[in-house]
Amino acid sequence: MSAGNMHIKLKVWRQSNTNTQGRFENYSLDHVSPDMSFLEMFDVLNEQLIETGTEPVAFDHDCREGICGMCSMYINGQPHGPLRGVTTCQLHMRSFKDGDTIVVEPWRAEAFPVIKDLVVDRDAFDRVIAAGGFVSVNTGNAQDANSLPIPKVAADEAFAAAACIGCGACVAACKNASAMLFVSAKISQLALLPQGQAERSIRAEKMVAQMDAEGFGACTNTGACAAECPKEISLENIARMNREYIGAKLSSSAV
Amino acid sequence: MSWFSQTLTSSIGKKLLMALTGLFLISFLVIHATINAMIFYNDGGETFSHWGHFMGTNPIIRTLEIGLVAGFLIHIIDGLILWKTNRDARPINYAVNNPSANSTWYSRSMGLLGTLLLIFLVIHTSHFWIPNRSNQFATGEELDLYQMMLDIFQNPVVVLIYVLGCISLFWHLLHGFKSAFQSLGLNHVKYNGLISVVGTAFSIVIPILFALMPISIYFGWVY
Repeated sequence: MSAGNMHIKLKVWRQSNTNTQGRFENYSLDHVSPDMSFLEMFDVLNEQLIETGTEPVAFDHDCREGICGMCSMYINGQPHGPLRGVTTCQLHMRSFKDGDTIVVEPWRAEAFPVIKDLVVDRDAFDRVIAAGGFVSVNTGNAQDANSLPIPKVAADEAFAAAACIGCGACVAACKNASAMLFVSAKISQLALLPQGQAERSIRAEKMVAQMDAEGFGACTNTGACAAECPKEISLENIARMNREYIGAKLSSSAV
Repeated sequence: MSWFSQTLTSSIGKKLLMALTGLFLISFLVIHATINAMIFYNDGGETFSHWGHFMGTNPIIRTLEIGLVAGFLIHIIDGLILWKTNRDARPINYAVNNPSANSTWYSRSMGLLGTLLLIFLVIHTSHFWIPNRSNQFATGEELDLYQMMLDIFQNPVVVLIYVLGCISLFWHLLHGFKSAFQSLGLNHVKYNGLISVVGTAFSIVIPILFALMPISIYFGWVY
């Protein structure tokens, strides 16, 4: 790690729990290396806070290699910060300038209540998945791969949709706090594959119903979600979800 | 709730309604602009009045007009409901937000642009459509819409309001036209380019054509 020496001013949202009012706190950090990840910079801040007997900032993180979807900071007005296609843990301090003031907020959505500081409750996503984002299969030996022919294009599109890590940046970026990019990715990854066909209609109906029940907004097709998605999930998935849902509603046996 | 109303009140169903009524209103704009453009024949309103009479009296058109009013109402009411749902989905706003990094201002302002268009619609219909239909209802006689245009567009404030209405329409269509296809699930690499080009061209041509009408009358190019 290079011996960079950036001075960073932070404006961080602090909130002790869901039921209290939050506020911004200002912090000042010296000796920040440009090679630090954004989360490592927060580790340094928290060490500084602990040393002074102050409550450290609570923030979500896990793998720190951009694949788990836990980190979730709204940095200077953008989810996961200014870079495209990266999570906060893959954002480095070299993306900022010496002396910058960085404003860090939690995801803001009715469906994502703040638990503490920058940590929000994303259980709503789990409930949407539980409503239909799965395939029911009898266990047993895996069958021969060639017995289920899958076109290359379908496999690629399903794989691209399955890249969604459920971080919630789409909801955070959307002016309507809509979860449609997330839900459409989860519907698409199964709708495109033969294994997903048995529950295809009921899946679309149930997942969309759960999404609405959670209090997410509707889609205005601004494209903010896809632009901010760290896994660059495409808006084509939302169009596919619309087709799946409308088709299911018009033709399914669920009256 | 029946499956039908359940569908139309879901988040995707509301968008479906916006898209279908939006495209229907777009088809209306084509007819409206075409017939009004007859004033550019500059024949003292003869061609315009001929078609105006057809639109005002033909039973098929008059029946479709009920559908048009319904289309407007559904688009407006559904839009207001969506605006409220979407606002409620984020009760606390960000202190610092940089939405221009990921989306266009007009795609985020469809509710505002729609509200401006609604205000314009009230002014516009109270200039022409409401007085004309009221008179038809009361006396059975149509008003001289061409003469009314010549009179009303002598006022520069009215001309300005109409031009502002056309500018709002331009931005509303620029996002709305393409957005409607996405809401209907019509997103395909073979057609996206076509939808985008036609949508942009339509959004430019129609508002300019409309804006030229009050402008031309005000400056005396059409009389």
